[in-house]
Amino acid sequence: MSRRARLMLFAVAAAGLAATLGAGLAGLPSFGSQISAYAQMLNRLAPQQRHVTDVVSAISFDYRGIDTLFEEFILLAAVAGISVLLRPLSDESRQLPEDKAPDRTIPPPSPAVWLLAVFLSSLLVLTGIETVTHGQLTPGGGFQGGVVLASAFYVVYLGTNYVTVERFQPAPLLEASDGVGASGYVLIGLLGLFAGASFLSNVVGLGVTGNLISGGTIPLLNLVVGVEVAGSFAILASEFLDQTAVIRTRQR
Amino acid sequence: MSEAVIAVALVWVAVAGTAVVLTRDPLRQAFTAGFFGLALAFLYLSLQSGDVALSQIVVGAIALPLIVLLSLAKVRKDQ
Repeated sequence: MSRRARLMLFAVAAAGLAATLGAGLAGLPSFGSQISAYAQMLNRLAPQQRHVTDVVSAISFDYRGIDTLFEEFILLAAVAGISVLLRPLSDESRQLPEDKAPDRTIPPPSPAVWLLAVFLSSLLVLTGIETVTHGQLTPGGGFQGGVVLASAFYVVYLGTNYVTVERFQPAPLLEASDGVGASGYVLIGLLGLFAGASFLSNVVGLGVTGNLISGGTIPLLNLVVGVEVAGSFAILASEFLDQTAVIRTRQR
Repeated sequence: MSEAVIAVALVWVAVAGTAVVLTRDPLRQAFTAGFFGLALAFLYLSLQSGDVALSQIVVGAIALPLIVLLSLAKVRKDQ
């Protein structure tokens, strides 16, 4: 296709996009306008109905819990796909790099970096657990806390080396937490069916609004999502790290 | 007051987004993209959306730069 024809095609496509996007944007509520009636209703009802102080959590894990279930399985499928794509291929092998100068040792990370890694990784684990368990009270929840938990592994790698971080994250444990977390969501959903209500009904005792244990199934779902997301993102990072550190084309 | 904070956030997002586009080296782009993610998180926070801001921080400032950096390291090792 000539340059002229390509430009023509682009002009037609851009004009079509501009027209439809412009028409769509013109119909949006203006910036800073009053929140919708549905949002106002949920803001009023959720604290009474579900005993939570973070209405967003009540929407994601209760009123729209089935959407979050599918999102969990999207993440599971994506991570499984990455594991398949990044496996060692038939012409690749898994080995630590050969030391070209065995008489000279690699200097370990400085004590300051090591100390920072110890301090920061424990802080990240604490922040991650806090974010997962307080999902029904404050912003945050299973997804955000799970990624923070997984990032503790990255910090261990920054402060030490590949061999050490592999000891901290055995692959079977990561894969198990990914699967257990995802299936845990379904099992908690089934609790509703066993209680004679519909799937994902909030059938567990709701507790006192503002307490750590409150909101019924909402904190339980946050917990299983946190386990799944932490496992998923740790698998993600370790698959990419393996590609960089130990998977290499076999020498012929 | 809140309008001023939102205005600062919007300008920061615009500047950081332009910086990502104008950065040509992928390695440096990973860092500017991380700062762009942080700017977006600040914008969401200024619009009182704490949950989305937290998600943006963990994805934009932790997961995305990490994957880009490790992919770059793999590509450069094979060269």
